Amino acid sequence: MSGLRRITVIASAVLLISLVASVVLLRRVDEVRSGATLEEVLYISSPKLLKRLSLGYSGLLADIYWTRAVQYFGSKHHVGAERYDLLAPLLEITTGLDPHLTVAYEYGSSFLAARPPNGAGMPQRAVQLEEFGIRNNRDDWKLYYELGFIYYMELKDYKAAAEAFARGSRIPNAHPWLKLLAARMAERAGDVRTAQMMWATTFNSTTDKSIRANAAAHLRALQVDDDVTNLETLVERYRQQTGHLPGSFSDLISAGFLRGVPVDPLGRPYKLGGDGHVEVRDPDDLPFIQKGMPPGYVPPKAPKFLPSD
Amino acid sequence: MWAGSRVPALFTFVIPPAAQTGPACFAFAYNPLKHPINLHRIMPAIEILGLEKTYSVGFWRKKPKRALRPLHLAVEPGEIFGFLGPNGAGKTTTLKLLMGLVHPTAGTARILGMELDDPRMKAQIGFLPEQPYFYDYLTARELLDYYGQLSGVSARERSRRIQDVLGRVGLPDVGGVQLRKFSKGMLQRVGIAQAILHDPKVVFLDEPMSGLDPMGRREVRDLMLQLKAEGKTVFFSTHILSDAEALCDRVAIIHLGELRSVGAVADLTATVHSKVEIVWDGTRVPSAIENMGGECHVVGQTVRAVLPDDKQDVAIDALRREHLRLVSVVPVRASLEDYFVQKLRPAETPAEVRA
Amino acid sequence: MNRRIASIASNTFREAVRDRVLYNLIAFALLMSGAAILVGQISIDIERLVVINLGLTAVSLFGIVIAIFIGIGLVSKEIEKRTLYTVLSRPVRRWEFIVGKFFGLAGTLVVNTFFMAIGVFAALLYVSHRFQRSDGWLLVALYFIVLEFLIITALALLFSSFSSPLLSAVFAFSLFVIGSFAEDLRGFAGLTHGITRWLATGAAYLVPNFSALNVISSVAHDQPVSGQLIAYNSAYALVYAAMALSGAVLIFERRDLK
Repeated sequence: MSGLRRITVIASAVLLISLVASVVLLRRVDEVRSGATLEEVLYISSPKLLKRLSLGYSGLLADIYWTRAVQYFGSKHHVGAERYDLLAPLLEITTGLDPHLTVAYEYGSSFLAARPPNGAGMPQRAVQLEEFGIRNNRDDWKLYYELGFIYYMELKDYKAAAEAFARGSRIPNAHPWLKLLAARMAERAGDVRTAQMMWATTFNSTTDKSIRANAAAHLRALQVDDDVTNLETLVERYRQQTGHLPGSFSDLISAGFLRGVPVDPLGRPYKLGGDGHVEVRDPDDLPFIQKGMPPGYVPPKAPKFLPSD
Repeated sequence: MWAGSRVPALFTFVIPPAAQTGPACFAFAYNPLKHPINLHRIMPAIEILGLEKTYSVGFWRKKPKRALRPLHLAVEPGEIFGFLGPNGAGKTTTLKLLMGLVHPTAGTARILGMELDDPRMKAQIGFLPEQPYFYDYLTARELLDYYGQLSGVSARERSRRIQDVLGRVGLPDVGGVQLRKFSKGMLQRVGIAQAILHDPKVVFLDEPMSGLDPMGRREVRDLMLQLKAEGKTVFFSTHILSDAEALCDRVAIIHLGELRSVGAVADLTATVHSKVEIVWDGTRVPSAIENMGGECHVVGQTVRAVLPDDKQDVAIDALRREHLRLVSVVPVRASLEDYFVQKLRPAETPAEVRA
Repeated sequence: MNRRIASIASNTFREAVRDRVLYNLIAFALLMSGAAILVGQISIDIERLVVINLGLTAVSLFGIVIAIFIGIGLVSKEIEKRTLYTVLSRPVRRWEFIVGKFFGLAGTLVVNTFFMAIGVFAALLYVSHRFQRSDGWLLVALYFIVLEFLIITALALLFSSFSSPLLSAVFAFSLFVIGSFAEDLRGFAGLTHGITRWLATGAAYLVPNFSALNVISSVAHDQPVSGQLIAYNSAYALVYAAMALSGAVLIFERRDLK
């Protein structure tokens, strides 16, 4: 039956060739269109309308937009972007479709308010997002916490932060620290301990990997700043006592100022610079530090703190 | 030759003296290119070489259903060939295999010397399926025009042929009527029309008489004889024996997927134990005749007995001994029906066959 | 060969028309007129947006539904009703039958879209009172919608060659929905690991890329469509349809008709 064989061979060949060609073309199309689907988000002026159009499948659509938001932020952050224009609309549409998607609000508080390149730098919109979340989830203490967090971290509005923490502390099952944070806002807002408490609460109240990584990085940075301040104080005291700078940490140890070689939160020993400055060994691995950077060090455009980095 | 038991199909051919149907017993070794005598023979219109079809049915495809056992058959050009058998015997399966609608499990066939998937061959055959369905949103003329296009009939020829063929099947005035309005008999005629539209050399008809009233059947019979007169080969399947007897030059009898016999009707019926009818005066039946197992009727002052014809001489002797006056001795012609009933043993009679 | 394919194609077109498929245009016309008048009266400054979004979405959805509804029966109905017997006993090759059916239905959809396009432009003229330069991009959006139809028709034909109409409809519709999120699927696949990644990536590339063929919202906002995208999408649609059709041919050639 050569006729059947012939057509089988030809049709199989066409099938294989077009399969390969379709994959190649798909990749080209993806390149040309990169981000185009996301940009269409800018055209959706009303999440409410979208919710109605989704005919009851808004939950699924919310999940899809949420995933797009995460991928958008992750991939842009990876290349050190300065602007994240689409993050706010993506999160707003996600929560518009599913107001109970808690992780979206968490994401907003961590990455929408923060200044670029760590976030979109839109604290006001982040506040609006949290308020929307609070209106739809009155009994979720985390949302009040996140609101206060934004006021504290980015807007430096300690009064508003205290109010938010206080509101949140009244919710049953709220984290016990909310009351403490509300109190600290009054006097010790600028205190390192306050910031540490804040980041620790954020770390503990979420399961999202990106948010936890961000919080952990901030905690480490705060630790480094604290360590460096304390170590440099010790160096200064040594100099006052001996009249010259210590050559290394062993000098400080033998002088009784330290018990052992100090290590940074990553377990790597600090370096003692010639002029008495304390430095970290690998500043690239410790984003957000304010102190302990080697002289002339320029932090990379895309600080590595996300799991995808 | 016919032993009444299940002898393989290969060896139950009755070879009519007039035509030499070569393939008969040597089909599996038959290679037309190797036998020099074939260069002088007329090529068969249809050659079936071991066509076989087994379906795997059942959810796990474990139960094989043998719709057609290896079939060897040849049909000469210009003859009307009947393909007989009860329902479910494998007639339609064979036709579907020949038309390329179903792929054979084994074996091949050739029509007009060409392979079954050869478009040149298909341009020269026509097919009427059993209980045909057509696109009911088309009119008769549109349908025939469509088929004409597919068969490669040129535009000029088409309209002429369509009118012509509609007339031949007795539907001259309904060309513009949508097929959904046609009766069963009219659809059957349209079916025949599309089968002969492109003037094919071989015409395959599956149960062409079904759905027709006696007038219609008569017309189809006449049409088939006309086709033969035009030199076409007609291969038709049916389970109605009287049609086959009236029309066919040769028949093949198929049963339970297996070919049982092939040959001219007369030769087949000749192998059936024929009967003879003996009529004599009086009302007495000699005991010898009574014991023969035939039927005896007394009608008025005459007795009519139908007896096996090999007992004819013994019966006449018995009558003479008893001094009974013989009126007539007439052989009773066996029919294909008798052949069927006799040859297809009780365990295999049509009523029980429904595969 | 071409003549036979053309015959089958035009017969398929004729069947669709006689099946009164073009009546959907009446429903479409009513929809567009109603929307245009409604929006024109309210005059909320987004009339053009609404007409384009609604119009193009309706063209797309109506067409997809027609493509699926007719496409799933193209082969299975002929096998079921045995109308194929008298066709395949003629010098028509099985693959010519498939290709002819494809062109017949594709042609029907193109004609349908043409009339619908007139309706969209008419409604647009009504609300905007004149045409703008950027209205030209609407033609590109319509062209992409036709490319979507080609893909879905080929897929429906593929399913029709081996599956019952109901299952074919389910498969085709599912592929349409999943294909609309094809870009997201490829993104997800990139986040998985191991064997899931292989399977997900495979699926993501096999699924028809309808997300790239939907430029309705950008066209509604007067955004241009890049020439590169037009070229790649055209090639993609042709190649994908060829893939589905060759699959249909392979299956249909082997089938035993009942």
